[in-house]
Amino acid sequence: MASLIAGGVDCDVHPAVPHLTSLLPYLNDYWRDQVTTRGMVDLISQSYPQNSPITARPDWRPESGKPGESLADMQRHVLDPFELKHAICNPLYGVQMVFSEDLQAAFCRALNEWLAKEWLDRDPRLRGSIVIPTQSIEKAVAEIERCASDRRFVQVLMLVMGDTPLGKRALWPIYEAAERLELPIGIHAGSAYHNPPTAVGWGSYHIEDYAGQAQAFQTQLTSLIVEGVFAKYPRLKMVMLESGVSWISPFLWRLHKFWRGVRMETPWVDRAPMEIVRSNIRFSLQPFDAPPDEATLIRLFDHMQSDELVLFSTDYPHWQFDGQEALPAGLTPDLVRKIMIDNPHATYPRLT
Amino acid sequence: MNLQFRESSEAASPLTVKTAIADCDIHPARATRAELYPYLAKRWQHHLEVYGVHAYQGMMEGPPYPKAQPNASRRDAYPPEGGPQGSSLSFMQKQLLDPNNVQLGVLNPLNTGQGIRNHELSAALCSAINDWQIDKWTSKDKRLKASIVVGNEDGLSAAAEIRERAGDKNFVQVLLLSRNVEPLGQRRYWPIYQAAEEAGLPVGVHAFGFGGNPITPSGWPSYYIEEMVGHSQCQQSALASLVLEGVFERFPKLKMVMIEAGFGWAPSLAWRLDKVWQRLRSEVPHVKRPPSEYIREQVWWTTQPMEDPERREDLIDVIKWIGWDRLLFATDYPHWDYDEPSRVLPAGVSETDREAFYLGNARALYGIS
Repeated sequence: MASLIAGGVDCDVHPAVPHLTSLLPYLNDYWRDQVTTRGMVDLISQSYPQNSPITARPDWRPESGKPGESLADMQRHVLDPFELKHAICNPLYGVQMVFSEDLQAAFCRALNEWLAKEWLDRDPRLRGSIVIPTQSIEKAVAEIERCASDRRFVQVLMLVMGDTPLGKRALWPIYEAAERLELPIGIHAGSAYHNPPTAVGWGSYHIEDYAGQAQAFQTQLTSLIVEGVFAKYPRLKMVMLESGVSWISPFLWRLHKFWRGVRMETPWVDRAPMEIVRSNIRFSLQPFDAPPDEATLIRLFDHMQSDELVLFSTDYPHWQFDGQEALPAGLTPDLVRKIMIDNPHATYPRLT
Repeated sequence: MNLQFRESSEAASPLTVKTAIADCDIHPARATRAELYPYLAKRWQHHLEVYGVHAYQGMMEGPPYPKAQPNASRRDAYPPEGGPQGSSLSFMQKQLLDPNNVQLGVLNPLNTGQGIRNHELSAALCSAINDWQIDKWTSKDKRLKASIVVGNEDGLSAAAEIRERAGDKNFVQVLLLSRNVEPLGQRRYWPIYQAAEEAGLPVGVHAFGFGGNPITPSGWPSYYIEEMVGHSQCQQSALASLVLEGVFERFPKLKMVMIEAGFGWAPSLAWRLDKVWQRLRSEVPHVKRPPSEYIREQVWWTTQPMEDPERREDLIDVIKWIGWDRLLFATDYPHWDYDEPSRVLPAGVSETDREAFYLGNARALYGIS
């Protein structure tokens, strides 16, 4: 593996909400009563079943409770040994699956307050992502604006599989707010399960859902680019989190070919898709979905024709690598510095 | 693409030496709706006139995403005698088969009986299309070979259609589309794979189709370009399903051809599946080997529309990762995104690899000497 350097930014760690009851202190009387009276249960998404091997590395799995629910564990497993300057917390609590915009807004607000109080307040290295209630664009924008006054929130978090493609114009007020407030939009693996998790229907298995995340990211990139999000919001950055990286170039070669062929359909796309990606889109490193040989890695990074696309991540506590081997073999020291330090800082203006 | 289509007149000049090729994705069209009626029972003729095909999508006429050009086809491909592009054998010979020295042309009829909610009608239409392919095309030009179109949502009747056509040298594969009611690895489709394996026929999975599902995992997109680019994601999900449901393990002699969805995605998909399988294989004990092994042994890809990197040689890396023996050249005639045979490969490819790419792989796969 390539050597890690101190002072890096881990762009994708997952603090776990221990249980829905953990959010009760952050809900008002009405919602607290709703949760208890109606017997609402813990919001665990089947994107990450608690005992699935992918959900936690064996040596990062606690004896009891959810992987990632303990700050002390996160410090011991990643913040300290990787000598991180910052880690960006992306809670994957299942609030996106909720259909009611009122309930979802209450849960998102509680989740963001919980993150600030129970994590950001307790370790100065941690930064947060704002989880938003996408069932209501107005409420989503309001939550972004409410949280943005706390500069420790450095990003807005959405799932790669929601109700509509992410480029759809109805969502643009979210992007307007994010650009205005210097918040990149993080798009994380996972589904609200409001649509089948593949474009060809419901598969049978968890492994199928997980492998399929890459295809979901591909369709979202197409949507974001061809709808014109980056023509409208040129300073907006989006970060594909836990997306995989080895598909990026071949996907863009295909999108480029069709954009050349039918660009009359979307004339507002005024730059080639590859250019848009190089200026506005970033990808987290893990899971690094390529074979562990240097020659292939060198070709894959060369195909990207940019050393600015990839941001360091451990994806803690998900099991993507063993030991300290977060960086695949073959990365040059220059590229390691870009991935671990320069690229994250260039992407997240609030990281200081 | 349009750019290349303009260039094609230059490529067709007599100065160009034409290598013999196989074209593994040609789309024959009906000149009129009634052209199929001689092969359909009166009941179904009546049904079509009164109710239409009643597909897994809402439009009575035409596609939900308007194409870039009429019938998604080249404007220079209208036959002089009239009818839509691709509906005339003599014009196809003149425009495609003769000037490009096509030795083997594989017909993949679209808008047939697939993606239709009435499964009896689906089976009747597919059978009619298969008869029509022989009468209008393969019996009149020996270079052309047909695909057995099957009613995709009813595995048993599809398997019966395959068995009826098995051994008929007019047919070289079974044709499915990538978008169906369920991912293609699901059990409802297994009778198709079993019958194809028994008949020694590859199963081609062509882009498109209607299964009623939103065509992204996050709902319906807005534009034709999203549908077109999205075919590669549909194919990836379909192939992942085939691997993870154990179809290749269960049918080890089955060969699948991924048609018209690009191939650049294949190495990444295989790497990702291998990595995830190492973690999660206890969920799928019927997948006994790393997914990439099944893919390497049992899957082929047609080339069009070839990915289009800024540096064309980058595509060679991807082809090497897939294997030069697994790609089948295709033009997609008469569609607008036609790939011109003389222009798809960059310089520096060995003669052996070129020959395999353009002709040898297709001959071997389809058993055409």
